[in-house]
Amino acid sequence: MCARLEVNNATFSYNGKMNIFENVSFSVDKGDIFCILGPNGTGKSTLLRCLCNLYKLKDGNILIDGHEVSQMSPSTLAKKIGFIPQIHTPAFPYTVLEVVIMGRTPHLNIISAPSENDYIIAEEAIKMADIEHIKDKPYTQLSGGQMQMVLLARVLAQEPKILLLDEPTSHLDISHQIHTIEIVRKLADKGISLIMTSHFPDHAFMASKKVGIMKNKSFMKIGSADDVITEKNLKRAYGSDIKVVYLGGDISRKITVPMLKSTIQQICNR
Amino acid sequence: MWTHWSEEKIKKCLKNGSIGLMHISLPISLMLALLMFAIFLTSLFLGRYDIDPCTVVLILLARLVDLLISLLSWPASAFMPWQHALPPITNAFASLFSLMQSLLHPMRHTWPSVMETVIYEVRLPRSLMAVLVGSGLAISGTTFQGTFRNPLVSESILGVSAGAGVGAALGILLDQNTYIIQLFAFGFGMLAVAMTFLISRVYKSNPTLVLVLAGIIVGALFSAITSLFKYVADPYTKLPDIVFWLMGSFAKVSMKDVYLTAPILLISMLVLYLIRWRLNVLSMGDEEAKALGIDTNRLRALVILCATFITASAVCISGLIGWVGLVIPHIGRMLVGPDHKNLVPASILIGASYMLLVDIICRNLTAGEIPVSIVTSIVGAPLFLYLLKKSRENWS
Repeated sequence: MCARLEVNNATFSYNGKMNIFENVSFSVDKGDIFCILGPNGTGKSTLLRCLCNLYKLKDGNILIDGHEVSQMSPSTLAKKIGFIPQIHTPAFPYTVLEVVIMGRTPHLNIISAPSENDYIIAEEAIKMADIEHIKDKPYTQLSGGQMQMVLLARVLAQEPKILLLDEPTSHLDISHQIHTIEIVRKLADKGISLIMTSHFPDHAFMASKKVGIMKNKSFMKIGSADDVITEKNLKRAYGSDIKVVYLGGDISRKITVPMLKSTIQQICNR
Repeated sequence: MWTHWSEEKIKKCLKNGSIGLMHISLPISLMLALLMFAIFLTSLFLGRYDIDPCTVVLILLARLVDLLISLLSWPASAFMPWQHALPPITNAFASLFSLMQSLLHPMRHTWPSVMETVIYEVRLPRSLMAVLVGSGLAISGTTFQGTFRNPLVSESILGVSAGAGVGAALGILLDQNTYIIQLFAFGFGMLAVAMTFLISRVYKSNPTLVLVLAGIIVGALFSAITSLFKYVADPYTKLPDIVFWLMGSFAKVSMKDVYLTAPILLISMLVLYLIRWRLNVLSMGDEEAKALGIDTNRLRALVILCATFITASAVCISGLIGWVGLVIPHIGRMLVGPDHKNLVPASILIGASYMLLVDIICRNLTAGEIPVSIVTSIVGAPLFLYLLKKSRENWS
């Protein structure tokens, strides 16, 4: 039995000379949440785009259920893998519902428009993302965070088996961040495999079974959240001091606390 | 088949408001269709030769009845020789047809034959062509605006009009007949877009941007060639012909032109009509459309091919007509919203009505014909300004 998603020695380069990442290998199983951490510009987003064949690898391969991604037709691939791009404002003021229903595209043939059943699925996705109140608003008038929730609803309507989330919480207020993490966990329970990039190690503690830190064109470490997110590894990856603390009581999970340079100075001076 | 919603469903949605703006689409499409039909009939009444509306309707009905009679007589005469060999049911049908035929009488022609000539030889082909060209330019403009993710592009952005201009000017310069001129216009229009497309293929980055830039380059090149042809043309005979062709006109349209171009126009329009919902996804940008399972390069090529076929066959008959493909989609968006599922049919109907109105103005306002492009620009420019002001709040 092969893993749902398998990446073998993936190498990518925009211009053929300088590699963005090289020899990246990992695998994701059914119901896994794989969180990719790492400093800006290490190729996290590029890696996600390669996974759904938006960019072609220079070397190595990506397999979904044993089939090579680059050999699949766009609609077959889109039924298996969903991708939330970073938000941008489109040219036309489609309503939120019209944007969400676009998630049904891979399930429709070229000459059909969404059916009643597709609308039911879209409505469910809207409910799950908790954006019913803005359903009929023009998408172009939403805030960045609202747009992100709409795109999440769209990818839910797409019903893929693997979900790629590129910094899904970047524009969200704290309550929507938590809401998104909760949706992620719920989807994983349903058997969907999720791969997300994030800038918050806490999100990895909250959601992930599997965490990888990207640094210098490759994964520095891949493993369980407890093994990977350590003070030593964070220092190596980000170059700054971040404390990892276990918070007991009702919360009972690890959290990360970045330390200010001035605080560190004070400790040293003491 | 304007929408996939049944009457009951729409009523239900209206009641609980669950599907947003979707429910408005059906009545508006219906109204636009009725409006187009009304303007079409009006265009047959109006003209230099006075024919009262009732007579026009009678003249049209007379042909319709003649057509119906000949259609009905066909099965009766076709089955006659095998009367005994065929099962009785077929004979029953045949006699039913002959019964219906005997009930229909050819209408008495109470009008002078010149009226019939005016209607069938002059006004009908003209109005039919206006419908085809108007709806064609509008659907091309709408689909191009969606494909290029830009509400400010029109059907001529890839150079089809500039190319057609060169073709027509060359045909006139070489003293060719009307059909050769039309063929040249069509061919060069297609050639210009093919060049644009090939140039855009050389560069790998952002395909829509490169296409638009290549279109501007090719357009400029072909406009320069047209200018060259105008410069060398005989200023007393050929130059006016070229200039008038470039300003567009329906004055010389015959039924033959309609028969020649209608198949290309209708088939391409049907293709665009069928794939219209996908344009929503394509207009979200390449990356998103690809992630949603669309082969963007193929879909874009299909849209460009169909829209170019439409525009080239429209302008090769009517000459260059500007502003229609730019303005009509905006009117459509104001009425039915940006969803291409409703916008494309609305654009077709509005485009046809608009072109009919423009043609009515062109042939009735002054003693002589006014070139179409002059009217479309004079009406289009302030209209566009108004639409921009109206829809600004929805744009970022």
